Amino acid sequence: MARHVVATVDEIPPGARKRVEVEGRGIAVFNIGGAYFAIADRCPHEGASLCDGRLTALVEASEPGRYVLSRRGELVRCPWHGWEFDIRTGRSWCDPKRLKVRSYETSVEVGGAEATELQAETFPVSVEARFVVVEA
Amino acid sequence: MSATALGTSRPVAAKRQVIDCDIHPAMTSWTEVHPYLEPRWIEHLKTYGSHLRHAFSEALTHPRMSPDAARVDAYPEEGGPPGSSLDLMRRQHLDPNGIEHGILIPLRWNPGSQRNLDFGVALTRAMNSWQAERWVGQEPRLKGSVLVAQEDAVGAVAEIEARAGDPSFVQILILPRTDEPLGRRRYWPIFEAAERHDLPIAIHVGGTNGHPSTGGGWPSYYMEEHHAVAESMQAIVVSLIFEGVFERFPRLRFVIMEGGLGWIPSLCARMDRNWERMRGEVPHVRRRPSEYLGESIWFTTQPMEEPERPGQLLELMDRIGWDRLLFSTDYPHWDFDDPRYAFRAPLTRAQKDQLLFGNAQHFYGFP
Repeated sequence: MARHVVATVDEIPPGARKRVEVEGRGIAVFNIGGAYFAIADRCPHEGASLCDGRLTALVEASEPGRYVLSRRGELVRCPWHGWEFDIRTGRSWCDPKRLKVRSYETSVEVGGAEATELQAETFPVSVEARFVVVEA
Repeated sequence: MSATALGTSRPVAAKRQVIDCDIHPAMTSWTEVHPYLEPRWIEHLKTYGSHLRHAFSEALTHPRMSPDAARVDAYPEEGGPPGSSLDLMRRQHLDPNGIEHGILIPLRWNPGSQRNLDFGVALTRAMNSWQAERWVGQEPRLKGSVLVAQEDAVGAVAEIEARAGDPSFVQILILPRTDEPLGRRRYWPIFEAAERHDLPIAIHVGGTNGHPSTGGGWPSYYMEEHHAVAESMQAIVVSLIFEGVFERFPRLRFVIMEGGLGWIPSLCARMDRNWERMRGEVPHVRRRPSEYLGESIWFTTQPMEEPERPGQLLELMDRIGWDRLLFSTDYPHWDFDDPRYAFRAPLTRAQKDQLLFGNAQHFYGFP
């Protein structure tokens, strides 16, 4: 499993996302409150790009009329049929065992020595910048 | 592979032939139809507006899970609602999905449900010209549907006569929530004209004629209304058969759009059983009800049934009849079916070709 530089941290501020190609695979990289998460950018249901989906919260009800909202911006809804996926794990909310997207490890690296050793897909890696790395 | 999840590998891109029987074109605004409306009706629109039998008549009867019931990725970069950009439709749908023919189903503004009948008829005239010029004239893969204001049978027939023979149009379009059940005789002049011109009648989910969206009344949630599309289609099928429409118009063809499929075999069985017991009430129904359905009614596939076990899907298609099913995507709506992934069962190449292309080619008489 190789490590790939996919963006500078500035490109994906909190609440934003970016679609990247790593060795021919589409990967959606999200920033939730400063932490980066990467999942396959292809809904396992009919193949839509999850990067085009809206971010949503988890809404639950313990009984009719009592609603609880949590985890704001931590789920992405497929832009077509609305399946909700947990950005942290890639698992769908309604069928987490069977319907899930692959999740990739991410890290933030500072330039310098790392920059010379890692390959960026689409841009040169400067020695000074901080950048997002996906293991895929 | 489970019945609900795609495999991880992408299918090999192969030349696929697809006819999409359900594409929704949209107008950017009312002004887009002005060039086709008489000044009297432009003035009417400005002063009084569109009048449907529900509040906020430019809205939908139930708020959808996404604005315009659209795919989130279908908004044109230049603005306007999903379905309003031919360029995006080509790039996002017609080209990549191999659509050889796409049938237009305009839904918004609902001319068939307008309470002002004369305005409804004028709007069908304008929207039909709009389809022919703005869409079919610029993209030969697309074909139009003749909108009619069915509550004014005289006006509807005049519009059918005006469009019959125009190769821009392949069928007539009516939405199912009509003032009375569709088989009633007030609508028969429309059926007579359709049969005479060999134009099929498409019934696509929708209509806002004031009837509750479910048989039990107005529901609270969009999810409830979304299930009710099957109810409204069953009501249409039952009415057409028991009113004797297919006895009077044996060559008339209907295609039911977006109403689901799973209910068809059980409805056939129940109609046949009841006919065996109560046939005397409707002696004009001379044959088993399922025979009329099997000869005169077709169904579009989207939203495709997704049973847990693939075998159940094959069994359903066996029972409905493989030749009765016409592929549709519903682009650009949120419940879009992708031609590559819609059928969650191991179909043979011949079965796929039949569903995606052959049946509709035969039904609409495409070369």
